[in-house]
Amino acid sequence: MKLSKSYFADERTDDFVEIGQPRPRSDIRGHVTGRTAYFADRTFPGLLHLKMVRSPHHHARIRGIDTSEAEKHPGVARIITAKDVPQNLYTILILIQVGPEDEHVLAEDKVRWKGEAVVAVLAETARAAEEAAAKVKVDYEVLPAVLSIEEALKPDAPIVNEHHGRNYYLYDSGECRKVRFGDAEKGFAQADHILEESYSSGPIEHAPLETSGCIVTPEANGRFTCYTNTQAMFFTLDNASIILQMPGHKLHMVGGTVGGGFGGKVDVTVEPVAILAAKLTGRPVSFIYSREEEMQVSSPRAAEKIVIKDGVMKDGRIVARQVMAYIDAGAYSRHSPYGAQKSAAHFPGPYTIPNVAIDSYCVYTNRTPSSAMRGFGVTIGDFALEVQTDKLARLIGMDPLEFRFINAYRDGDMKAHRQPTEGAALIECMQEASVIAGWPVDERFMKMSSQTREG
Amino acid sequence: MAKVPVQFTLNGSERAEFVESGSTLLAALRDKMGDTSPKGGCLQGTCGACTVMVDGELRLSCLTLAETCNDAQIRTTAGLANGEVLHPLQRAFEDAFAAQCGFCTPGMIMAAAALLERNPNPDRADVVEAISGNVCRCTGYEPIIQAVLLAARANSTSAA
Amino acid sequence: MGMSLQTFSTASEAQAALGASGVRYMGGGTLVVRAVNEGDLSFSTIVRTTDPALSAIETSDAGVRVGASVTMGMVLAHPGLSYLAPAARAVGGPAVRNMATVGGNLFAPAPYGDFTVALLALDAKVSVSGSGEMALEAFLQERDSLGASALVTSVTFAAPATDSFRFLKVSRVHPKGAAVLTIAADIREEAGSVVQARIALGCMADRAIRTHAAEAALVGRPRTKEGIAPALTAALEGIDPPTDAIASAWYRREVLPVHLGRLLLG
Ligand SMILES: Cc1cc2nc3c(=O)[nH]c(=O)nc-3n(C[C@H](O)[C@H](O)[C@H](O)COP(=O)(O)OP(=O)(O)OC[C@H]3O[C@@H](n4cnc5c(N)ncnc54)[C@H](O)[C@@H]3O)c2cc1C
Ligand code: FES
Ligand code: FES
Repeated sequence: MKLSKSYFADERTDDFVEIGQPRPRSDIRGHVTGRTAYFADRTFPGLLHLKMVRSPHHHARIRGIDTSEAEKHPGVARIITAKDVPQNLYTILILIQVGPEDEHVLAEDKVRWKGEAVVAVLAETARAAEEAAAKVKVDYEVLPAVLSIEEALKPDAPIVNEHHGRNYYLYDSGECRKVRFGDAEKGFAQADHILEESYSSGPIEHAPLETSGCIVTPEANGRFTCYTNTQAMFFTLDNASIILQMPGHKLHMVGGTVGGGFGGKVDVTVEPVAILAAKLTGRPVSFIYSREEEMQVSSPRAAEKIVIKDGVMKDGRIVARQVMAYIDAGAYSRHSPYGAQKSAAHFPGPYTIPNVAIDSYCVYTNRTPSSAMRGFGVTIGDFALEVQTDKLARLIGMDPLEFRFINAYRDGDMKAHRQPTEGAALIECMQEASVIAGWPVDERFMKMSSQTREG
Repeated sequence: MAKVPVQFTLNGSERAEFVESGSTLLAALRDKMGDTSPKGGCLQGTCGACTVMVDGELRLSCLTLAETCNDAQIRTTAGLANGEVLHPLQRAFEDAFAAQCGFCTPGMIMAAAALLERNPNPDRADVVEAISGNVCRCTGYEPIIQAVLLAARANSTSAA
Repeated sequence: MGMSLQTFSTASEAQAALGASGVRYMGGGTLVVRAVNEGDLSFSTIVRTTDPALSAIETSDAGVRVGASVTMGMVLAHPGLSYLAPAARAVGGPAVRNMATVGGNLFAPAPYGDFTVALLALDAKVSVSGSGEMALEAFLQERDSLGASALVTSVTFAAPATDSFRFLKVSRVHPKGAAVLTIAADIREEAGSVVQARIALGCMADRAIRTHAAEAALVGRPRTKEGIAPALTAALEGIDPPTDAIASAWYRREVLPVHLGRLLLG
């Protein structure tokens, strides 16, 4: 590792003790000896196994659910349906007043994506739970499904989620999250060239090595201990408290080392129903996703469609940018209204553009609900932006790195979402990259600084 | 749900337990014998987190039925260290920062141990081949490959 | 119901137990136990045998016999089977190879069954307990109608001539990954032209197949770019490649002539 100390030399004292030194991870000894405890590394006498019966359809009305055969199956302790859940309708971000509640813990009248949880089966062994789950009969009336952003936004598209009443999230600012800065139309009018391109991505699964799950034990004092690999302990605690209508002090959530998450374990999907199961049976319950569930049912990174229109001058300045972004939330909000909002703020990228107009939509489709994943709302946008940046440079015949120097944000620049830029270091990173990569740029770029504008 | 007896040597100790017939070695080790070093990442054979050694051969404990291991010698990562003295692979994984979440690590180390027992001086390609059945989603394979090569070098210096 | 395992010390006892309903034979178990773990409820009894005859490898001038319970690891370790080592090494990672059997590979659906592709190009025969010996090509076609009680005990074949046997598995993940396609070929040449050819393909149907059209198009021609051209076209006849997470049928069809060409010219 090398620390480049010539940059910002006057801002630093250089008395680092830890930075620049290799250090072992504090938890490494447990990892290499196999002693690190993950949530599933414990067993309890009388442990019940929870198997979820899931929707085989993208979109269907539930006409009836018959669990009578399953209940009689040897080894079955309990079957749980929507009517057993105290507050079945929820949405994770209601905790920060981002509603409406739009998702059922267990499906009631409809299923809105293939894989949606419908009935929970609890049995003495995983095999008995599988066998009984196969005997649960759900009578579905299959409905037309909306499987892409384009289909969802057609005027006559079937409504995916009645709690929203339309196939996109309604922000306080309207049908999308908007950012307006300067006057984009005026910017386009003065530009030497205009480039409009669209970019799209499919959903991406985090595929952590440890699947999502929890083990819940009822305690003698009336509390429930929930050993979980959630990445969002307090979201889980508070949402479980709402869903179960149980005061928070009854819920003892125990986290620990998570076997990989990458954002895929921030939704509240296993804990409420497992705690409910422990309550209804009085026994310890394990609910652990199979690999297939992790890949198919756990929320992925959203599919996105991004249309970027840029106005650029011959000298390399981007003078106007318009972005239309569509984030596929799947059937339910989860964290996507927030992800779409983040994307709106992000779209100028690390560039200073005087005229910007951004519309970011959070769109509902009959697909697996999407949610957080490493920089969600931003990562796919960055892919689109940087490909677009290369195309712009090529369009005016300029070196792509020099093009980025010209447009890079500097301290004091106002960003489109009205945050002044502070502590920028893009120029310096590019200067260092230019040297290391052997990609020389004109001397005037090597003299630039993030702290001051030349001239 | 018939229970059947299984008996084998686990990391040098004689162990016997009743398990459900048709249940896996992974379940027997984790749920009955308290050795949770093998992990269940997929139960499909694809991730390698459950890798153990049976009679000196690398096996996936999630696809091995416990009853087929009667009288076998089973080794897991939990048995590699000699008290507080780490196995060279364990030391190398520490030194080379070859783990992040750690979920793949016990399986990865068993796969590497099987290699070094057969081939004390592996080259990079041998290491890649040896860990090819083990998935890591966090660390990236490069530090892991370097750790195995480091352990092999440490072994050969200490033998010299 | 639950699950149970029955272990028999002889193949004939195991075969007798296979007649009952809800019973599945297990070789190394890489596919059978995986199915159990994934909630396959179509069987509740697993039968296996520890019969040493099924784990034997015999090589002699008369030919080679490989027991059904022989694992890929055992094939790799056998000095007399070095021509099959690339095919055995193509099956999964090291741990899978210590478990995966030759018998089980004959039943593995595409994209699996790499070792079977090699056996097919060697014109192997399959010994089925109760039904006698049959050609592997016929066995693969009739496999599903032989019934649950058909127990494969061994495969036999003649060792190929030096350097006549070729094997190629194309996968996306290296060194271990399920096949985009697999090709095995046994090509005999005299005086600069092909006199006999057996070519087997994996992932060009739901199981391994021979491409008799390509074989016929190769015989009598030199193994040159022009010489093999008709065989590359003929190989596309009658194939029906699957679409799965590894590759689409279209892609498999497009790249088959490319890889077959490389294998034949290499
Ligand atoms: C992670 C992973 C990776 C894999 N990669 C590959 C690969 O790269 N290439 C490849 O070819 N395969 C691969 N496989 C599939 C499989 O491991 C192999 O095909 C293996 O050879 C199957 O043999 P087995 O003994 O494990 O079969 P089993 O699981 O024991 O049996 C499979 C089927 O064959 C039947 N059967 C087995 N033996 C007999 C017999 N003697 N008589 C009658 N029926 C029998 C069983 O009843 C069952 O239906 C992979 C599997 C896994 C889990
Ligand atoms: S748990 Fe055994 S290979 Fe993944
Ligand atoms: S360290 Fe997390 S999977 Fe390898």
